[in-house]
Amino acid sequence: MLTYIGRRILQAIPLLIGVSIIGFGLMHLAPGGPLAVYTLNPTITNQDIERIRVVFGLDQPVYIQYLKWAAGMFTGNWGFTFFGGRPVLDLIVERMPATFLLMGSALSLAIVLGVTVGLLGAVRRYSVFDYLASTGAMVALSFPTFWFGLMAIYFFAVHLRWLPSGGMFELGEKGSPLDLLRHLVLPVMVLSLVITAGWSRYARSSFLEVMHQDYMRTAKAKGLRAGQRLLRHAAPNAAKPLIALLGVELPVLFSGALVTETIFGWPGMGRLFVDALNMREYPILMGIVMVTAFFVIAGNLLADIAIALIDPRVRLA
Amino acid sequence: MHERLLDVRGLRTHFPIVSKILRRRIGSVRAVDGVDLSLGAGDVLGVVGESGSGKTTTGKTILKLIEPTEGSIVFEGRDITRLPAREMIPLRRRMQIIFQDPMSSLNPRMTVGRILAAPFEIHGIARGSKCRDRVAELLRLVGLPAEAAQRYPHEFSGGQRQRVGIARALALRPRLIIGDEPVSALDVSIQAQIMNLLMRLQRELGLTYILISHNLGVVSHVCNRVAVMYLGRIVETAPREALFFDPKHPYTEALLAAVPSAEPGSHRGRAVLGGDAPSPANPPRGCAFHPRCPRAMPRCAEEAPTLTNLTGGHQVACHLYTA
Amino acid sequence: MSAAVLQRAGVARRFSRHRLALFGGATVVLLCLSAFVAPAIAPRDPLLLDTSVRFLAPFARWPFILGTDELGRDTLSRLLYGGRISLTVGLVAMATTIVTGSLIGLCAGYFGGWTDTLLMRFIDTMLCFPQVFLLLVVAAFVPPTLISISLIIGLTSWMTVARIVRTEILHLREQDFVQAARALGASSGRIMFHELLPNIAAPLLVAATLNVAAAVLMESYISYLGYGMQPPLASWGNMLTNAQDYFDTVPWLAILPGVMITLTVMGFNFLGDGLRDALDPRLRMEP
Repeated sequence: MLTYIGRRILQAIPLLIGVSIIGFGLMHLAPGGPLAVYTLNPTITNQDIERIRVVFGLDQPVYIQYLKWAAGMFTGNWGFTFFGGRPVLDLIVERMPATFLLMGSALSLAIVLGVTVGLLGAVRRYSVFDYLASTGAMVALSFPTFWFGLMAIYFFAVHLRWLPSGGMFELGEKGSPLDLLRHLVLPVMVLSLVITAGWSRYARSSFLEVMHQDYMRTAKAKGLRAGQRLLRHAAPNAAKPLIALLGVELPVLFSGALVTETIFGWPGMGRLFVDALNMREYPILMGIVMVTAFFVIAGNLLADIAIALIDPRVRLA
Repeated sequence: MHERLLDVRGLRTHFPIVSKILRRRIGSVRAVDGVDLSLGAGDVLGVVGESGSGKTTTGKTILKLIEPTEGSIVFEGRDITRLPAREMIPLRRRMQIIFQDPMSSLNPRMTVGRILAAPFEIHGIARGSKCRDRVAELLRLVGLPAEAAQRYPHEFSGGQRQRVGIARALALRPRLIIGDEPVSALDVSIQAQIMNLLMRLQRELGLTYILISHNLGVVSHVCNRVAVMYLGRIVETAPREALFFDPKHPYTEALLAAVPSAEPGSHRGRAVLGGDAPSPANPPRGCAFHPRCPRAMPRCAEEAPTLTNLTGGHQVACHLYTA
Repeated sequence: MSAAVLQRAGVARRFSRHRLALFGGATVVLLCLSAFVAPAIAPRDPLLLDTSVRFLAPFARWPFILGTDELGRDTLSRLLYGGRISLTVGLVAMATTIVTGSLIGLCAGYFGGWTDTLLMRFIDTMLCFPQVFLLLVVAAFVPPTLISISLIIGLTSWMTVARIVRTEILHLREQDFVQAARALGASSGRIMFHELLPNIAAPLLVAATLNVAAAVLMESYISYLGYGMQPPLASWGNMLTNAQDYFDTVPWLAILPGVMITLTVMGFNFLGDGLRDALDPRLRMEP
């Protein structure tokens, strides 16, 4: 088992390096370079730009810049913002909890709902419920997340006035859990919609595939009740592709979180990203891109380890 | 006097076994492990053996579809062993192959006409209406109707598809055709049809064949020479009559004994082989056959026998006959 | 009837049984048609400002069938022209994705070895980036024209197609007809494009259809955020950018473009799913 984990970690390292190279390359391919906000500003003189260049270490050859930047990433020095000179890492870390709260809640809800719907659909195949669920999932997958969010805000916040229309806390209130919960409902609902839809379809097909295996019939012949069969035999085997899906869906979850945070004014990394985009704050953008990619890699690694725990065949491969 | 069309010496094809992590070579599958063959124009050589004997790999290596590890292949007097792929291309017009499985040997998304036109397109021989004429001629040659060109492979039976495969092999007018179990995947009644077609074509077009088969019965009628392979090596090779009526190698005897006879009364001695079929990745020391040989001697476990020449073009690799 | 005709009839029958797919197909055809003839049927110029008629409700006054926005521009016309833009972006992006993904998948699958390993690692690396993040960063640099946006959407979506193609090619590569082509002296290029590519046409078609849906969705995201199609050019996404401000007064401005996006994406998704069921029953996921 440990060798398997070690192998997977070794495989993840070139991925991290590749991600950093692509990210770094992106930043430097921008027209106007990483200092676009300055170079495109007519009031700043060329001399000033040169000085800023040197300060940011941009006068050195590209690979040196990359190595310095990579070393910085490792040691926690993620650079400073152009405006205000705040350390980028601190800024990002500040926003992480909000994003993870949103993503975590949405993911949990999506998994529970999605797997339940998918399971019921698989067990009662071709029933009315199944058709409705499947079609509903397809429709839900077609909604633009932000539009669904707008509709949700309009309906629940503007029209019915049940829930707040944005932000994480009411201004003034010191952050009671209830208040947080009220603010969390709509964003989580919106973010989890697409994920739930995708999950329910996968869960359904995964369960269907498992249910028709011979070992399930053997279990039934042995006299195990449906619940036992489901729990001890079907679930672990059906769970495998679903856990793998988790790793694959992680980037989608991040993308969705960005959009959701923007609509609801949720103070997370996604919002930060969009704000930084408007200001062309490349250090922040780079930092967030790297963080998300890192968490995707970590998430995939954890998913693989989880699968190896469930399925011994994987460890021996 | 026959000129020698093909001369193969000491051919070895080994496939490396690599460990998963660091891709280190931890062994090799010795699919072909020292094969000598010689063909004159007009010969029909049968190569027989069990699965795993390396006969298919030998055929594909001769055609350079698989790169040989060692040895030499001389075709039409030219050493093609290390010839790079690009230089092989014009030579491919003169050596072709017929595959075993009529299902997978034809591209399901192309019409028969396009499949047969491909050789002409690849070598720039003909296009357009001239190409169509050539295709029609090929179809006629193998006994298929001209309308077949518009159809897709799945619309044909196995035997008909194999005819298309034969037509494709003939398109460039090769001198040598290697048939890799050309009838093994067909119904017994069709097998005879296809074998007859192959023999007719051989006579009409002056072709040279290497026919690979696990079925001695199939090769017994059409070949003028037979080679028996075991675990990557040729253990016996002889003119057809000599092999069938006077086999020397114990393995050949066992194979012959297993062939169903048309005369129920005539029994050859039932030589049942003991032991398991060995693995080409881990061949036994000495003679590869000795663990299963009913006449093994102590020497057989030490020393691998080489092909010894007996009278009448009969060669055998067995210590029973080594000096 | 020859077996081929019967087989095609079978495909058509399975497809028509899938009513959702028919609905999807009809929607797609309708949308493409309306996008095509938009200049002919739009009541007014979508760019025409007229603050005297701003904020009209749908059906309030002819010819503003679906009302007007905050600058007095006719909503129906903007929706029609926006459809042209969104569909064009969707199709060009899809073409980019399919071409890039097929090329990379073909090379990785056919050549194997180090080529395959390197390309697979590259694909894995690209997949680590959430698409919206990647898109926005690049969209912020590039001048936002129709072509540039379509290209960058296409160039960030090809990874799944490449994987699908690679898997298929890996399987096909072992078939005898590929060896036969090599035995005939065919070049690698000829084998990849003449022999292998036609065999993956079916999964490619399915992937292409689903990809249009995804591309239209992506375009709406980045246009909504202001980095896609720029006003005054209408795209369904950017029509929604300011809609939030006018919720109290003119909610339909926020509802209508979203409905159009949803219908379009749904249409292509249903169509793609139906195609997948019809062309390869092994891949069925839905009842």
